[in-house]
Amino acid sequence: MNLIVVGAVVAALIALRFLKPNALAWTAATWVALYVAFRWGIEPPLPASIVNMFMGIVTIALLAFVSADSERLRSAKSNIVNFLVRKKYTVPLLIVLVALPLLVAFKIYVDMSRSPQPPVTGRTIHPPPPATISFKGKTVDLGAVENPFREIEETDPEVFAAHVENGKRVYHQNCVFCHGDHMEGDGIFAHGFDPIPANFQDATTIAMLQESYLFWRIAKGAPGLPMESTPWASAMPAWEKFLTEDEIWDVIIFLYDYTGHRPRAKEELH
Amino acid sequence: MTSGARTTERRLLILGGVSLAATLVLLVATEAFGFTPQDASQPEYRAMPVIGSRVAMWVVAQLHLMFAAFVLAVPMFALIIEIIGYVTKDKRYDDLAYEFTKLLSVSFSFTATLGALLTFMLIVLYPRLAGYMVKIFSWTFFPYVLLFFLEAIFLYSYYYGWGKFSPKVHIALGVGLNIVGTAIMFIADAWLTFMNTPNGISETGELVSMWDAVNNFIWMPINVHRIIANVAFGGSVAAAYGAYKFLGAKNDRERAHYDWMGYIGNFIAISALLPLPFAGYWLGKEIYAYSQSLGITLMGGTFSWLFIIQAVLIGNLFLAANYYLWVSMERIEGAERYRKFIKYLLASIAVCFLVWATPHSLVASVEESRAMGGSHHPVLGVLGVMSAKNTAVNILILTTYISFLLYRRGNKEATVSWARTGNIIQFSIFAAVIIFVVFLGVYGYFVEARVRIGLSVPQVLSVLFAMIAVTIIDIFLFKNAKIRGEIRWGDMPARAQYALFFIAITFAWTMGLMGYVRAGMRQHWHVYGVMADTSPDAFTPTLGFASNVISITVLIFFTFIAFVFWLAGLSGKKTVSETVEEAP
Repeated sequence: MNLIVVGAVVAALIALRFLKPNALAWTAATWVALYVAFRWGIEPPLPASIVNMFMGIVTIALLAFVSADSERLRSAKSNIVNFLVRKKYTVPLLIVLVALPLLVAFKIYVDMSRSPQPPVTGRTIHPPPPATISFKGKTVDLGAVENPFREIEETDPEVFAAHVENGKRVYHQNCVFCHGDHMEGDGIFAHGFDPIPANFQDATTIAMLQESYLFWRIAKGAPGLPMESTPWASAMPAWEKFLTEDEIWDVIIFLYDYTGHRPRAKEELH
Repeated sequence: MTSGARTTERRLLILGGVSLAATLVLLVATEAFGFTPQDASQPEYRAMPVIGSRVAMWVVAQLHLMFAAFVLAVPMFALIIEIIGYVTKDKRYDDLAYEFTKLLSVSFSFTATLGALLTFMLIVLYPRLAGYMVKIFSWTFFPYVLLFFLEAIFLYSYYYGWGKFSPKVHIALGVGLNIVGTAIMFIADAWLTFMNTPNGISETGELVSMWDAVNNFIWMPINVHRIIANVAFGGSVAAAYGAYKFLGAKNDRERAHYDWMGYIGNFIAISALLPLPFAGYWLGKEIYAYSQSLGITLMGGTFSWLFIIQAVLIGNLFLAANYYLWVSMERIEGAERYRKFIKYLLASIAVCFLVWATPHSLVASVEESRAMGGSHHPVLGVLGVMSAKNTAVNILILTTYISFLLYRRGNKEATVSWARTGNIIQFSIFAAVIIFVVFLGVYGYFVEARVRIGLSVPQVLSVLFAMIAVTIIDIFLFKNAKIRGEIRWGDMPARAQYALFFIAITFAWTMGLMGYVRAGMRQHWHVYGVMADTSPDAFTPTLGFASNVISITVLIFFTFIAFVFWLAGLSGKKTVSETVEEAP
C-alpha cells in the first residue's frame, strides 16, 4: 500500500467534511479521491480492469447517494444549471469545455503511444479436470484417487519425510526453473511465459485444490488441458513422460509441505 | 373484467391446454413406439434454421422457466396476503391479493404454451436425448400432466372465484394451487437435475431406480433454491406492475394503491432475496461434492467469470432495493430523523459490493501480472475467495435489513419505558454479529477449504439470529408507539418506480445467467458422464455470446410481460378499496 497516497486521500476526504462543499462538488471530489486511491494507493498497482470495475461501482453508489434524497438531488441539479448559465462561472465553464476534450485526447495519446500489447482477456485459472485420465496404460479415476502416501503422514512420519525429500529432489530437478526457488512462480524461465507460471504460495492456488487435481495437471500438463476456455497458452510439460506415478505423488506432497498449505479434502455427498 | 379480456384469456387457456395435451400424446407416442437412441432410422439431431438448435432450445427453455417461476411464485404471496386480509378483516389486503392474481391467468397460458413448445422442440431437434429422457422418466409424465390439469382447475377457480366462494373455501383453493404448483416444479426439477448429476442408472445408462433418478444429488438443493428464487422474481415482477400502474395512474387514489402494491412486491422480492445466496451455496457445495470437475467448471473454471457478472448484478439488486427504501422514507413524516444514516448504509453496501465483485483471478496484461507476481493480487487476492464473499454478502444482508428497520420505524416513536435499553440491545446485537461474521471471514483464511466452506453456516445463522432477535425486540419496542406523522402513499418520485423496473429486469437477467450456468456446466454432455453431446453445438459458447442470448431472452420476456400487464389492466376495473389512502 502506498501510504503517502492513501494518507493524502484520507486527508482530502476529512477536509471535505469541514469545507462542506455543495452536493455536486462533494460527489465529484469523492469520486476523484477514490480513483486516486485505487489507481495509485495500492502496491503493486491494481490492473486497469479492476480499477475500472471499482470506479463503475463507486459511480453507481455516488449517483444513488445524490438521488436518494430529493433535496440533495435538487441541489445537485441546480448546481449544474447554475454552472452552465450563471455569468460568474463563464471562465470556469470555458476551462471545463476546453479541458474535457483535451483530457480525452491526452488519454488517447497515452494509449496509442504504448508499445503493442497482447490483448487482455479474462483467463480461466482452474481448468476443469476430466472424470478419468489414462496414465501409463491404466485408468485413473480423478474423483476417487487419493495420494497413496498421504495416509502415512501421521502413522509413519519417517517414511513420509522420505517421500517429502524425494519430492524436493523431483521439484528441484524439474519444476524450480519455472515455479521458482520459493514456489512463487518466478523461476529463471518465468519471465518468458505469458501467462506466468502458477504461484503455489498463493493461498488461492493449490490450497483450494484436491491432490488428484494436481496429479492430473502434473501428469498431463498443457497438452492435457480441456478443449474449453482455450487458448490456455500454457508451457507446462506432460510430466507423465518423465516421472513415475510415485514421483508425481511425492512432488505433490513436497508442494504442500513447503508452502504449508493443506490439500483440499474431498466433500461428502448428501 | 371486460368481456374482450375474458375472451382473450379463455383463448389463451384453451391454447395452453391443447398444447399440453398434444405434448402428452407426443411423449406417450415417443415411449410407445420406442423412439430410443438405438433406432437407426432416427436422426440423433435435427438442425433449427438460422439460429441453430441450441439457441432455439435455450431461449424457449428460459422463457418457459421465467413464466413458470412467476406463475408458481405469485400464488404463494397472493395467498399469504389474502390470509392476512381474512384474519385482519382488512379489505385492502384482499384487493391487493386479487390485483396480484390478475397477472396469473394469462401468464399461466404463456407458461403452458412455452412448455409445450419446449417439449416439441426437444423431441424434434434432439430426438436421441428426448428418447433417453422418456425412457428414464416416462412414469413421471403422467402425474406431471395430471397435476398440470389440477393446477389449471385450482388457478382458474381461485381467480374467477374471487369474492364468489366463502373466504375459507377460497383460501383452501389457494392452498391447493400452491401445493400442486410446487409438486409440478419438483417433478420438472427431477428431469433437469438428472441431466447434471445422474443417479439411479447402471453403467450403461439403463434405469435401475426411478426414485434414485428423481432424488439425484442436486434435486432438493435446486427445489429449495427455485422456490426462494421464484418468490423473489415473482415479487419483483409484481412490483414492476405496481410501478407501471403508478406511472400511469390518473388520480391520487390510484397512485396510493399502486405505490403500496409496488412496495409490497418489492418487500416480498427482497425478503426472498436475502436467504437466496445461502441456498445457492448449498447447491454449489453439492455440485462440488458430486464431481470436482463440475464444481471447478462452475466456480473456478470456465464459468467463473460469469459469477463475477452475477455478483455485479446482485450487488446492483441490493443497492436498488435499499435505494427504493431510502427514497420511500420521504413519504413518511418523521423519517427525516433517519436520513443521516443513509450515507453509512450506502458506504457499507458499496464496500460489500466491491468485495463481492472482486474476481479471484484478475484480468491483467503481462506487465500487470508480473507486477502482481501472478494472476492474483497480493492485497486484492484475498477478496477473491469464499471467505471474503461470504462475509460481504452477510453484511450486505444485514445492511439491507437495517435500511428496512429504519423505514419501518420512520413515523414511530417508542413510548415504552425501556426504549433506550431496547435500542442499546439491538445495536449490541448488530455489532456483535458483524464482529462475529468478520472474524469467521478472516479465520477462514487459516483453515483448509472444507472447513472454510463450513464456516458459512455459523455466519448465516448469526445473521438470521440478528434479524429475528432485533425484529422481535422492535415489535415490542414500538407497541403502542406514538405516531409522528402519516405515510403519504402515492407521494413518491418517479425515479423510485424506475428502481422497481430495474430490480425486476435485473432479477430476470440474473435468472437467465444462472440458468445458463446450470445447463452449461455439463459442457459437452447432454446427461453428464452418460450421454455425450455429439451435435455441432458441442462446445461452450463465449461469455459474450451467452450474454447476448440471455439479454435477448430477457427482452422477449418483458415484451410478453408488457402484454400481460396491458391485459391485466383491461380487467382492472375492480374498484379499489376506499380506504386505500391509509394503507400501511
